[in-house]
Amino acid sequence: MRGATAPPAVLLEHARGGDRRALGRLLSMVESGGAAADEVASLAHPLAGNAFVVGMTGAPGAGKSTLSGWLTAALGEDGRRVAVLAIDPTSPLSGGAILGDRIRMDGVVSDQVFIRSMATRGHHGGLSLAAPGMLRVFDAAGIDVVVVETVGVGQVEIEVASAADTTVVVVTPGWGDAIQANKAGLLELADVFVVNKADRPGASDARRDLEYMLDLGPAAHDPSRWRAPIVSTTATDGTGIEELAAAIEGHRSWMTEHGELERRRVHRLRDEVRSHAMALFADATDERLASAEGVALLDEVTRRRLTPAAAARTLLRTN
Amino acid sequence: MGQRIILAKLGLDGHDRGLKVVARMLRDAGFEVIYLGLRQTAESIVAAAEQEDADAIGLSMHNGGHLTLAARMVDAVKAAGLDIPVIVGGIVPEIDVAKMHALGVATILGPGTSAEDLVTAVRGAIDAA
Repeated sequence: MRGATAPPAVLLEHARGGDRRALGRLLSMVESGGAAADEVASLAHPLAGNAFVVGMTGAPGAGKSTLSGWLTAALGEDGRRVAVLAIDPTSPLSGGAILGDRIRMDGVVSDQVFIRSMATRGHHGGLSLAAPGMLRVFDAAGIDVVVVETVGVGQVEIEVASAADTTVVVVTPGWGDAIQANKAGLLELADVFVVNKADRPGASDARRDLEYMLDLGPAAHDPSRWRAPIVSTTATDGTGIEELAAAIEGHRSWMTEHGELERRRVHRLRDEVRSHAMALFADATDERLASAEGVALLDEVTRRRLTPAAAARTLLRTN
Repeated sequence: MGQRIILAKLGLDGHDRGLKVVARMLRDAGFEVIYLGLRQTAESIVAAAEQEDADAIGLSMHNGGHLTLAARMVDAVKAAGLDIPVIVGGIVPEIDVAKMHALGVATILGPGTSAEDLVTAVRGAIDAA
């Protein structure tokens, strides 16, 4: 096994100075959880709050990784430091994973860009449990823009929208029709749409169906609301990347002008507090269920003298 | 927690079928495989290993350049100050095995290696590093 590493405070200092290995180690500490993760978080939190986070989401094979690769160049043009956090699924059977996003970025991404691959490790929703903590580390290390790429998603994995400042939803020709476009879920949360593989048949149909959807949405008759622009791209040769970067920057400016960026970030922190509280709550519940009182209550439920909901209220003293 | 291994082919060598099979075997054994694929350089692999905080580097070699390429890889790993094993799979003639070890390659796995032996060898190399 590898030898001991420097303490988190030293690693963070090095990472802020541009040391990639130190940043890599810190990200692993956060990903592994436990006391080290807590220590990293408490060091990183006061330094964070400056990075702009772009979420890339869409179905498997839509082109998220390749587009993310191109975006690192377009969003880093004025010398901003850019990183990618790319998430792929963990096998539910073995716990292993093939993290294959880097190969899509090969040759596109400059070697100044820091790319980190990450497995979901059993978490559903498009990201991984540790993703918000890892974004905080990037932020604290002085990264200006982080592109977060979700696992390939379907209709309801909307987690990225609460982790990112700007959410980009990538679709491809043949992905669905006007009815698909109006179904509830992920599409409602897009700040920018991409129709990738725009050189293929059906690209203009895909674009039209999205336009129709937006025409029925809240921004159609209310100019004070953001209407998601639709950008056509061909990720294999980089067509449309400048437009995509401009659309993302446009959304960022709009959010800044309308106070939306601040609102989203406050909301994101609230969500994080909530999810930590829920985890603590779940632990406390398990503890009480295992206590003498919990066992007695469960017995009452088994004998059909008490409903499960009433037992829960008694257990948590909410009656 | 899943151990993390980088898998790549170094230099001009297009035979990646074996590496894909190895990626799958390691995935099924619970590894997190960071797959870099074809035409990597020692520098690009070291950069990935740093960013990914990898526990090992696995290289597939089928082009006869194993002595040159392995030396380059081991040197780059040492120069970066990384203490992780370099594991080589593919075609390495028997006569070169000792030389490869002398260069600093931790483990060499030839054709026909079973999934079980592969996993044991990789875990062993990581634990010994």
